[in-house]
Formats: sequence, C-alpha cells, structure tokens
Amino acid sequence: MKELLMGNEAVALGALAAGVQVVSGYPGTPSSEVLETIAKRNPGGIHVEWSVNEKAGAEIAAGASYAGARSLVTMKQVGLNVASDPVMCVNYVGVKGGMVVYVADDPGPISSQTEQDTRHFAKYAHIPVFDCVSPSQAFHAVQEAFVFSEKHATPVILRSSTRVCHACEDIDVPEIKAPEPCEGFVKDSKWVIFPRLSYQNKLKIAAREPEIAEEFSAFTVSNGHPAGNSIEGSGSIGIACGGVSYSYVQEAIAGNEDNFTVFNVTTPYPFPAALAQEFMDEVDKVIVFEELDPVIEDELIYLTGAQYSENFIRGKRTGSVAAGGELDASIAGAVIEAETGIRTSIAHPEYEIKPEAPVRPPVLCAGCPHRASFYAVKQAVAQLKKSGASFTDAIYCGDIGCYTLGNAAPLYTTDTCLCMGAGITVAQGLNHADSRTLNFAFTGDSTFFASGITGTVNAVYNQADMILCVLDNSTTAMTGHQPHPGMGITMMGGRTEPIDIAKVLEGIGVTSIRTVDPLDFAASTEAVKAAAGEKGVRAIIFKSPCIAIVRNDGHSIVDADKCVGCRKCIDQLGCPALIIRDSRAFIDKSLCTGCQLCAQICPTGCIRKEADND
Amino acid sequence: MINENVRSCLLCGVGGQGTVLASRIIAAAAMAKGLNAKTAETIGMAQRGGSVVSHVRTGRNIASPLIPMGKADVLIGFEPGEAAASLEYLKNGGALIVCSQEVKPITASLGQSGYEGNRSIEFLETSVDRCYVMDAEHICRECGSPKVLNVAVVGALCASGEMDITLEDAEDALRQKMKPSLLEMNLKALHMGAAVISK
Repeated sequence: MKELLMGNEAVALGALAAGVQVVSGYPGTPSSEVLETIAKRNPGGIHVEWSVNEKAGAEIAAGASYAGARSLVTMKQVGLNVASDPVMCVNYVGVKGGMVVYVADDPGPISSQTEQDTRHFAKYAHIPVFDCVSPSQAFHAVQEAFVFSEKHATPVILRSSTRVCHACEDIDVPEIKAPEPCEGFVKDSKWVIFPRLSYQNKLKIAAREPEIAEEFSAFTVSNGHPAGNSIEGSGSIGIACGGVSYSYVQEAIAGNEDNFTVFNVTTPYPFPAALAQEFMDEVDKVIVFEELDPVIEDELIYLTGAQYSENFIRGKRTGSVAAGGELDASIAGAVIEAETGIRTSIAHPEYEIKPEAPVRPPVLCAGCPHRASFYAVKQAVAQLKKSGASFTDAIYCGDIGCYTLGNAAPLYTTDTCLCMGAGITVAQGLNHADSRTLNFAFTGDSTFFASGITGTVNAVYNQADMILCVLDNSTTAMTGHQPHPGMGITMMGGRTEPIDIAKVLEGIGVTSIRTVDPLDFAASTEAVKAAAGEKGVRAIIFKSPCIAIVRNDGHSIVDADKCVGCRKCIDQLGCPALIIRDSRAFIDKSLCTGCQLCAQICPTGCIRKEADND
Repeated sequence: MINENVRSCLLCGVGGQGTVLASRIIAAAAMAKGLNAKTAETIGMAQRGGSVVSHVRTGRNIASPLIPMGKADVLIGFEPGEAAASLEYLKNGGALIVCSQEVKPITASLGQSGYEGNRSIEFLETSVDRCYVMDAEHICRECGSPKVLNVAVVGALCASGEMDITLEDAEDALRQKMKPSLLEMNLKALHMGAAVISK
C-alpha cells in the first residue's frame, strides 16, 4: 500500500524490511523519527530504545551486532561527535550482524550548532558511507547498507540530511515481519581490541578500501541498485552532485537535459573513482553541486591530479558554490547558468516595496516553565545585587534544548552555549578562571542524563563553585517529547522505575539540593537566593512539566479596568500570550496555559485565573 | 520526464497553526487520485512560535521537494506577514489565499520590530491579482474551534482549481485522516473555506 512517508520514516521501514533486531539512538533534529517509527511499527521481536546518549547507543548497536543481530543506531550529526569513540573503534574490530549508523546532517544549519559533513567522518574513520537522496531512495539505501555491512563485516554509515529526513514522498510500504532470531555471541579473540590486532586490522581495512571503491563503481542504478550511483545524459557539461542536491540539479536542468551529464554520487566513501573517471572522460567541464563540504569535488580534483584545472572543475573550491548554507533548485539554476551561459535560472517575481515583515525568532512557548525558572534566577540575582552581594556579575551557562531559547529578549539568561552537557563544565572553567562571578549552569533533564552527570561529578571532585539549575520538564521537549530515564517509560512501552535526579546528585556528593516549582515565583526566587549564599556545588531542580504534554490549567485574564498599562508583564517575561491592546495588557487565550506567572509579578494585581462565570 | 504535470503549493505561517497537517491532507488527496506527492516541512526549533513553511508538490516524477521561488501555483498564508514574506514563491498569475488575522510576534510586543498585519494585507491585495483574503477567525468561530483553520484553507485551495484536487477529493482525505467526532466540524470548515474563493 502507498503511504506518504517522511524520509526518516522511509529509513525506518527499510530497516524493518531488512530485519533489524536492535535499534538504539539519542533524539536530535533531524534524525529522531527513524527510531520512533520503528517503535510504532514494531512487529514484535525488535528491541528499540532511546539510549542515554549517542555513545551508549552506538555501543548497544555494536554489542547486538557482535551477537549476529542486525542493528541500527540513529543520531544527528553532532551526536556522531559523542558516538565517535565507539564508532571509530568498532570499524577496527568489525561486525557480525549488519550494523548501520544512521547520521542526519543539517545543512543551513537549521537546528544544530555546526554544519559538519558526516562524509568526512566516514573517510576519517574508514567506514563506508551511503548517502540518502530522497525518501524513496533512502528506503532502499538502508537495506543495501545492511547487506553491505555483513558482506564486509564493517559498520556502514547511512548519511542523510534535513531535506531528505523531513521531506515526504509516496512510497509503497511492504508487509513487515518480525526478525529471525540471531545466532548469538560466539567467543573469539577478535572481539577484544588490542594494539596488535588494530594494526593487523588496519592493514585489512586499507587493503579493502580500493576493492570497495571498485564495488561502488558498479553499484549503480543501471545495474539494478535503486540506491546506487548514476550517470545520466550525454551532454558535454558535467554536473556532479550527491544527496538532496541531486533533486535540485534535476529541477534546474529540466528542459535542457541534452546539454548535461549528471553524476550522482550515493556512495561518497570509498569514492567510486572508476565511475567518476568514466564521467569526467565524457565532459568538457564539471560543476560540482553539493551541500556542506566539497567532498565529491575534492575527490574529483584528486583524480585529475597534475592535470587539475580550475576551468575544468567548478564548485566550492572556485567560489562558484557558496561554502556554507542550504542549497536549492534556484541556486542550482543560477550556478549552472553562471558557469555555462545556458539559461537555467528560475525567474521569480520581485517586489520592490514590501511592508515590514514580522520578525519571529523561535521563543519559549506561552506558559513554558523554563521562562519562570530563568525569571526567578534573574530576579534573585537582581535582588542580591541590590542588597550588596559580593559577586561582580552573574553568568548564565546554557545548554542544548528548548531552554537555549532563554538567550532571547527579554530574559537574556543564556550567556554561553556550546554542546550537550557543556553548560555544567563551562561554568566550572569560568569559575576557575575568575572566582569573582556567580556562575549558573542550566541543563534540561534529558541533557542531564545524556551528559550532565559526569560534568557534575567533575564539579564536586574539583571543588568548583557554581549553581546547577536542572530545568526538569519531564520530557525531551525540543526534539519532540521523547521519553528519558527520569520518566519511568521506555520505547518498548514498558514501565520502569524513574531515575531520581535529586538522588543522583546526592549520590555524587552534592550536599545542597533544592527542588522547587518554578511557577511558584516567590519560592523559586528564595531558593536561588539561599543557594547563592552558599559555597561549592549547589543544585536547584526546577520541576514542572512541559506545557505541551499536560492539559492546560485554564487561562488567565486581565482586568482591563485595573491594568495601568505599565507593560511589566510583557517587558520582563516576553510571553507570546501577552500582548498590548488599547494600551492595556491583553492575554491571547488561544496561547495562554494559565501558568499565572504574570499574575504573580503584576504590580496592580489585575491578572487572575479565568473563572467559569467570566 | 521530470516534473510532469507538477503542481506546487507553498503554505506559510507561524509554528502551531497547523501547516503540516494541511500539507498532509493535500498530499493524501493527490495520492488517492494516483498522483505522486512530495512535501517538505519545518520541524524542530523553529516550530516554537517561529515562521514555518511547508512545501507540497503533486504530479509525476517530482524532482525537488522544495518549490523554487516563482514556481508555486498557490501560496497559502496562514498569517498576512508570513504571506508577504514568502510572496516571491508565487508564480505570476498564481493564486494567493491569505488569512486576515495577524499573529503579533513577541519582538513586536517588546518594541523591537514594528509589524502591522493590515499593511501586509493591503500590500498583498495590490500586488496579486488573484488574492483571496479569508476571515479565518469568523470561520473558526462558526465551526467552534480555532483548530479548523488549516482545513478551511485546504477548502479554499480546492476551490481555486490550481492543484488538481477537488473538494470531493479533500473530503475523502478528511474522512481518512480525521476522528469521526471531528469530521463534521472539519467538513464545515472545508466548505466555508471554499466559499471564500467562489464568492
């Protein structure tokens, strides 16, 4: 039956069709839906878990593969940094059951810290990589990746990108059967990595590299591999591309196909050099159109060797294609026209005078408890400063999650943000460099489990002076509300004992631990002030569920007769539900959750809960 | 042949307005007629009150999931300022369906930016010949839920005739996708949306 499937769903169904038995991963946009789809469509017999982080996920996939099961681990590109230790090493050990590492890159970047290119990582790690072009192609690519992984006893990276992950396409969905049980683990010295074994295996990996490159040159669509490489057309101008950029090229040259030969690279490492040579031999010029780094371009430059000419290969290295950011068909058309003179640019209407557009940076939702936590910390700091506190300034070290949005006006409570878990440790570094500041680290509950615990151990052990604020909203909110160890549910649908963050902190040796409801403004402010008066590692757990997973607690309303239009609620909280109407505060009921934070700070007391008779 | 009979619709709005569901209904209606469909959506951080865009393309051998600028047969603006911001996507002679109610961004409430939805509506009405302004608030009130906005715009889209999807096709897609208890309300919204065009 045909279904409209998102690229990530297509990868999930491909993995199910391939008989995957163990699936692990850590949520991260744009990768998360693969694992969720497998959990949703589990025919039985598949273990699916959100692991505590990507490193754990990759190790679980490796272990399952050692036992002979087909395993899949999913993550976003920065997650691969976290998983790089096991992923890098498992290639030296080898695998038994097919092991696919699904990594979603994020050109733009749209929702990430970096524009890193996983194809580089594959080359660095000597791991073969398959690239996803579209949802329908990705459905086949994952199945081919499993076959290939087992054939060469190597992990395989399946790399995708946002516009494939989150694009949808109509796809024929096969019937999904439960996987066959695997053989089980067979003891052998090959599973223990030692320098001598690594040396021997390195030689094997180096030897197989050209063999796989040859194999990839024959791994083509025309040889019956729907996920394979392709050379299309016989025009004198070559265009080399990979990933979703292939579709942009197709779109741009539609109607002018006769002029072009298009080389689509779906297996960028080991690079299919023979096929690339065949392509280059037939064309007078090559335009390389790819997102992120010039990976295909550099391979082609390498192949041309001493004969390399800037006139022959045009791409990011010649400045013909932008070094960063997303591409699209309009850009493809403009680049091809600029390089060839053939009319491929796509015209669009232009409007000289446009009215001022709304500026909409992403913001914390109306009623988000994070807003209340940040506001309490800020107010406590302001009150301490007023009463002559000894610190020079308060520094707010943020982390990865919805609460990164605390950086925006009017809260301004994210002074640093680096990577998962770094808020806790950056705060320590700041403290050791300058002990005069009061340092706060904010971390979400899922981030705390993923990579905050070791940082907290470090803080206690190395005697840092800091306040750890755990913003516990009982979910992994930013990536779409995935469960985590503190919630008591798993992806298998079972109940489990929730891991108590306060007890974890206590076990680590944090002696000052407070748990408050951030929506209780007075209590939260007092907790922050009390913690600020202490030394060492102090923790405050701000516990209140994400408004997207609980029922609204009614609405708040403004008594317009009492409101003096002072704007305090709007200017200090920046809640999207609060707007000015006729010089008075007004609450948009479609957004308000009735959290009552605004009511607690209103100087005239004009905001209250809406009653049934209002 | 690439992009055979391809029809493209761009939906833009603010996170939470339901652009994704609207694009899924359009794609489902096209697929039920045996057409191919591709969509691309904004998912993740930008959903939190940010500007969101959904691309929907139907036809045969569709190349890119993203509609190039100037190639949208229909532009649906769930919000006037968002429609104005994405107007370059609409082809010359294409249909614009825009909801008149502005959603004030927090940056405007904080005085960091000035934005007036009615200025965007004036601009759109003077710039686009086939500009259909929809009083979405009225339709939502009549139907009894603010959540029917996305279905109402699909009704208008069908009535515009630009996407090879009829009202009957959309009705069938709703019957497939909606809970029975919500179906009647959504069918009403669909037809009220369509009436905006046929007026």
